[in-house]
Formats: sequence, structure tokens, C-alpha cells
Amino acid sequence: MSVSPDSTSDHVDPSASASATSRRNVLRNAAAAGLLATPAAGLLAACAGGSGKKEETGGGAKSNDNPFGAKDGTSVKVVIFNGGLGDQWAQEDKTIFSKKHAAITVNMSSTQKIKTQEQPKMATQPSDLVMNSGADSMDISTLINEGAIAPLDDILTAPSWDTPGKTVADTLLPGTVKDGTFQGKYYVVNVAFTVWGNWYNDALFQKEGWQPPKTFDEFFALAPKIKAKGIAPYVHDAVHGYYPRWALMASIWKSAGKQAVIDIDNLKENAWKADGVLPALQVWEKLVKDKWLHPGKLDHTQSQQAWLDGKAAFIQVGTWLKNEMAKTIPPAFELKLTDYWQVSSSDKAAKDVFAGSGEGLVVPAKAANKEAAKEFIRAILSKEGSAKFAELTKSLASTQGSGDAVQDAALASANAVMKGASKDLISVKFPDFYADLDKESQNLSEELMAGRLTAQGFVDKMQVAADKVAKDSSIKKQTHEG
Amino acid sequence: MRHGSKRFVAGFLVLPVGLYLFYVVWPFAQAAGYSLTNWGGFSDTQEFVGLDNYVRLFKDELIRKAFWHSVFFLVTVPLFTIVLALFLAFLLNVGGRGNRAGVRGVRGSGMYKIIFFFPQVLSLVVIAVMWQQIYRTDGQGLINGVLIKIGLVDADNPIAFTADPEPFLGVPAVLWWLLVIAVWGGTGFYMVLFSAAMQSIPKDIFEAALLDGASRVHTFFRVTLPLLRDTVSVAWVYLGFIALDMYALVYIMTPSQGGPNHTSEIFASVLNFNAFNKGQFGYACAIGVALAIFAILLAALQLRITRRDRIEF
Repeated sequence: MSVSPDSTSDHVDPSASASATSRRNVLRNAAAAGLLATPAAGLLAACAGGSGKKEETGGGAKSNDNPFGAKDGTSVKVVIFNGGLGDQWAQEDKTIFSKKHAAITVNMSSTQKIKTQEQPKMATQPSDLVMNSGADSMDISTLINEGAIAPLDDILTAPSWDTPGKTVADTLLPGTVKDGTFQGKYYVVNVAFTVWGNWYNDALFQKEGWQPPKTFDEFFALAPKIKAKGIAPYVHDAVHGYYPRWALMASIWKSAGKQAVIDIDNLKENAWKADGVLPALQVWEKLVKDKWLHPGKLDHTQSQQAWLDGKAAFIQVGTWLKNEMAKTIPPAFELKLTDYWQVSSSDKAAKDVFAGSGEGLVVPAKAANKEAAKEFIRAILSKEGSAKFAELTKSLASTQGSGDAVQDAALASANAVMKGASKDLISVKFPDFYADLDKESQNLSEELMAGRLTAQGFVDKMQVAADKVAKDSSIKKQTHEG
Repeated sequence: MRHGSKRFVAGFLVLPVGLYLFYVVWPFAQAAGYSLTNWGGFSDTQEFVGLDNYVRLFKDELIRKAFWHSVFFLVTVPLFTIVLALFLAFLLNVGGRGNRAGVRGVRGSGMYKIIFFFPQVLSLVVIAVMWQQIYRTDGQGLINGVLIKIGLVDADNPIAFTADPEPFLGVPAVLWWLLVIAVWGGTGFYMVLFSAAMQSIPKDIFEAALLDGASRVHTFFRVTLPLLRDTVSVAWVYLGFIALDMYALVYIMTPSQGGPNHTSEIFASVLNFNAFNKGQFGYACAIGVALAIFAILLAALQLRITRRDRIEF
């Protein structure tokens, strides 16, 4: 919205003084008209909704090859998030889908502004399939509480697209179904499988003869040697609080164990005060206090570029990193992933890896062509589709074996991390469950990493925020099942 | 008005007024309606909750923070912008050397006008993205880079700009850094506005003052400023709106949109969080309505305070 109303031309004109109208009145009227250009006006308008018509295509005949009864002659509107993974992989899925269903038109578009574009349509005429991802995505708890997205349990029991004798659920990587299940129903089909951890440049470490650390103690021993070479030992995204939060929560899980994080997710009393939580944050406090961080408050791409430029030795982020930075990776640079460092020798879950499915597809409850949308999901999760996904994005798909044929050192290092993992995968739910805790934990993570908050302060403030949510009857409670 | 001309005027107005009512006024009314419900934003069902949302508004800690941050901008944005714009406009129009006959601006004033006005041509988002590079928080930032090179800033501890919540004169530093951008972006427009108003003041008044031996400072405070009163007061109202609408800057420039740790929350960022993160559209609409009432009252108040008899010339 323009902040300088056009109507000012009225009172810039010096001849106005000659007219019979008093300038004062002209000005006042202009100001009154200008009110409609106020911020409040824009925000008011943003809130307004509408009621629209509903249109259902109805299903066609169902068969093993078409388990949801997607109807020929219809069209399906698919919206893809065009972020770190790009959107080329989805074009491949479109080809795969059209080979089987040539008579169904796929209208595919991609954007980074999922919420901006899709939220206003949700109550009336939504797209049929939406990839709800990125910074501008719709809050998943709200979508479910409002009944805005449809449960997709029938996809899990449907036969797989191209693996004979198996259901779709059989072909998914562990955790994928659980990650998409809310309040007992499967709502979100996550297409990518992400492994998080600390990245380093293997070429640099080989040259210097450094061993990538496995524990914080090893890191603290190595850090002075790194700094002596004029390299900052560690860099992180200091603008988006959820980046450092991944690392902090991984440390808490490793140190305090799975049950401690589940208690935190379930708002148990004094969950943040449990054994092992505080020490997990204290190692980070020490890392900051000992000045092992790259100076400045960089955002995600700035910090990743600083790391690629050799200004920092370690960065923590997920496996989309290579695809996101593909254009600026120096030729001799070898990206390698290691698991998050262990906090201490008394860690309860030292070998648990932070990994899980993400980049979720949802089908709006009011979508006109749900059948074709589900069928399209089946195509995405197919063996052929997921292999293309891994090939194009250098990230694993949530379908098993997607990366088997891909030759890529970064992907191989992520695979190696997964092979060393124990049965449980680190997964933290409270940010998805409760927007207030999401915000508070992001803010406090930033504060801790900026050295303005102690580990003790973090724990105390998170406990206060969690208690407040627990007591607030207007917030619908959710449960993280073990 | 002559017979028939009313119908003629009405005929022209039907379409625009209709569009205006439907696309501007009606959404406002809808938002006010939603503010009395618990609508979540994604469905077409909602319950009527009366004034609950408004009661909650007064207890909301974030709203209170946003309120004080808005008060800060409401005071500082108009003050700094108007003072700077008046100063520049004065120099450009009547600030030239007095040793020659006539009243004129400093040399090259035409070029300065274009330069100062330039930020007005850019969209706020472009300005914010540009300032991200200027404010970049490591050695690659424009300001940090230069200051580190000349040794004024420690390379290990660069200026954090909009990521800095530490108070300066009792106000978080991030707000001051945002203020710099807002004033930089706004001054040019008001300078042109004041220039135009100054040009409409008859030159003989200035010349009379000069003949009586008035200094530049005296001329400004005794002649120019009183005659610009109306223009300044309208500028004040507009800048009040700009001060309430720092959203684009907050959204693009600050960590976690309102951070660090809520130190740059404004009404719009709290509204955005409640509507789109928490899924409480009803409450968010209540914030929007409250902000609108606040803005209208403020404008009425400002126009009332600055009301005074006009000087005819």
C-alpha cells in the first residue's frame, strides 16, 4: 500500500489559495481520504473473507490401477513449493502421472508464497493438492483444527504405483507415516526425507589433517586449531530462529533422551527441567561464550555461503543444503554431513539421528478433485518418481531406496549417517503443535546463540511459556505418541 | 447546482462508488464482523464471541509492546522527517547567499531536489532489500565493511543493526535502525511538499524581512514556519500513518519478523502472527479494527491540535 497518497497533488498546488475553497478544508478532506490508505485499512481488508460456491467432481470407477476413482476428463490443480528443492522433480511426476491418466489434465504451478496464495482460497475454492512448505506455509495445526484439509489414510492402504504386491505405506521410509499423522489421522504426505547434522568441507579437513568431531569435547579441542587458521569454527543462521533450534533440540534429545522430548511436546509439568536438558544447552552456551561463532548475524544463505567461502568450518543444516547452494559451491569443495555432536559421555540417546520426512503435501477438504489429487500423490511416491526426486534434488525422497542409484558424495554421507543411526529418529513436535511455543523457542534460540541468554534462562523461560500454553483452554492440545 | 447536473454527476459516480463500496468498505465491515467471532481463517464456520477478542487485546503483552513501539515511531518518524525535510526545503528555496538581490536557494538546488526525492520512487520492499545489504552484519556489509577497514569497528564484533535488541536511550537499537530507513525514505517527498508550499509564499515577504535585517534563522522561524503551518500539520498526519505502517520494514529487516525476541513487534506483526501462525483470525481482525480506530482518532487529534486561523496572502 502506498504510503504517500496521490491526493497530495491537491495541496501542493499553490493556486489552491486563490480558490474559494479554504485550503484547510481541502487538506482535511485529503487527509480523510488518505485514511483509506492507512496501514489499518490494508490490514482490515486482509482479514476479510468471503463465501463461495462448492463444486465436487465426484469419483469415477475404482480399480487397482485407479484406487481412488480419479475421473477422466477432469482436471487437477497442483501447487508445488519452489524452495530449496526446486520444482523440476514435480514436472517429472506430472509426466509419470500423465502416462497412466492421459485424460486427466494436470494444472501445475509452483511458488514460494504458499500461504499468501492458497490460504485465502481454503474456505471456498482451494487447489486440489498443495505442497505446504517453506517460510510462507500454512500452520498445520490450524488447518486440521479448522477441518480445512482432508485425512489421507486411504493413500496408505492403496496399492503402490509401481511396486507390485505392496501398499503405499509399505514403500515409505520409517517415520514418514508418523510424521504426517495428527490426532490419529494421516493428513500430511511428506515427500522428502531430510537428515540434519553438522556439515564440513572434507577437502579442507583432509588438507589440514583434522578429524571431524563426534562430540562437543572433540569440537572444543579442535576449535582453537581451526581458529588459528583464520577460520571461524562454527557459523549458523542467526535470523531464522528455527535453524539453531534444530541443533539445540537435537542436543536435548541426545542428552536427555527420547522421553524427555516427548514430555516437552506433551507439555508435561517441569518437562524442560528434566535431567539432561540443561547440560545440552550449556555446551551451546559455552560454544558462544568461547567465541567460536562466525561474527555477524547472518541469514541462512549468507551463513551457508560464508561456510562455502571457507570462512567457517562447520554449519548445521539439513540435506537440502547442496541443492540450495548448487550454483555457488566452489569446484574443490566436498560437502560432508556428520551427525550432531554428542553432548557428553552420559548421553541417553547418543546415537539417535535427527532425520525425518518433510515438505508435506496436503489435500484441502474442499478440493474439487480429491480423487485425482490422491492419485497424483501416489505417483509422487512411486519408485520412478522418488528416484527422479533424489536424482534432481540430491536429497532423499521419503520412499525407500530413492537414492540407491544416485552417485553423490554429499548424499552418500547422509546415507552413512542414517546407517549409523539407532532405531529412534529425533523428532520434535511442539513447534508444529503450538504456535506460541514455536515463536518463543525460536526467539530464545536466537538469544542463546547471541550470548544474551544463559542455558538456565532458556530452560526457565521455555517452562513458563509451556505452562502458559498448558493452562490456556483456547488452545487445542495435541499429543506426541512415543 | 442546475437541474439535471446532479443526475449527470451521479451517473459518473455510480460505478466507482459501487466498486469502492464493494472492494473497500465492505471488506472493512466484514473484518469488523469477524472481530466478534473466533474464526480461524481456513473454514467457513465461526462462533460469535462478542467482545471477548477486544477484552483479550488489552491483556495481551505483545500488543502492549507493539503499542509502545508504535508510540516511539509516532513521535520520532514525523519529528525527524519533518525537521529534516523543512531544513532541506528551506536551504533549497530561500537558503542561498544573501549578498545578492532576491531570494534563492543554495547553488545546484535543482539537482539536490532530484537526489533527495529519489527514495520516494522506490518501493518500500526495494528499499528494505537495499538496506539489508547496507546493514549486513558482517564484514561484507556496506557500513560494517567500511568501518572495519578504517578500524572503527572490531571485525569480531560488528554492528548487529536490526538484529540488536540492546536498548539505546531506553529503546531497542533495532527500532532506531529502522527509524533511519524510514526517515531516509520519507524526507524527499516532504521536502518537495514543503518546497512547493514555500514557493507559494510571496517573495516580497522574505525580502521585507531581509531589508529589516532578519537573519536566516529568524526568517525561518518567524516567517517561513508560520506560513507553512497547514502543510506541516498535514505532513504530520500522513507521517503518523507511515509510522503505524512500519510493517514492510519490520517484516523484511528484522529476525523472526518482530524480533530479536519481540523487540521490534508492531501491531501489524502481532496481527500477522495471530492470523497466520496461530490461526486466530477473529482476534487478528480485532487487532486490525483497534488499529483503525487508533489511527482515525490520532488523525482527528492531530488536525484538532494544529487548527488555527489561516493567514491569507
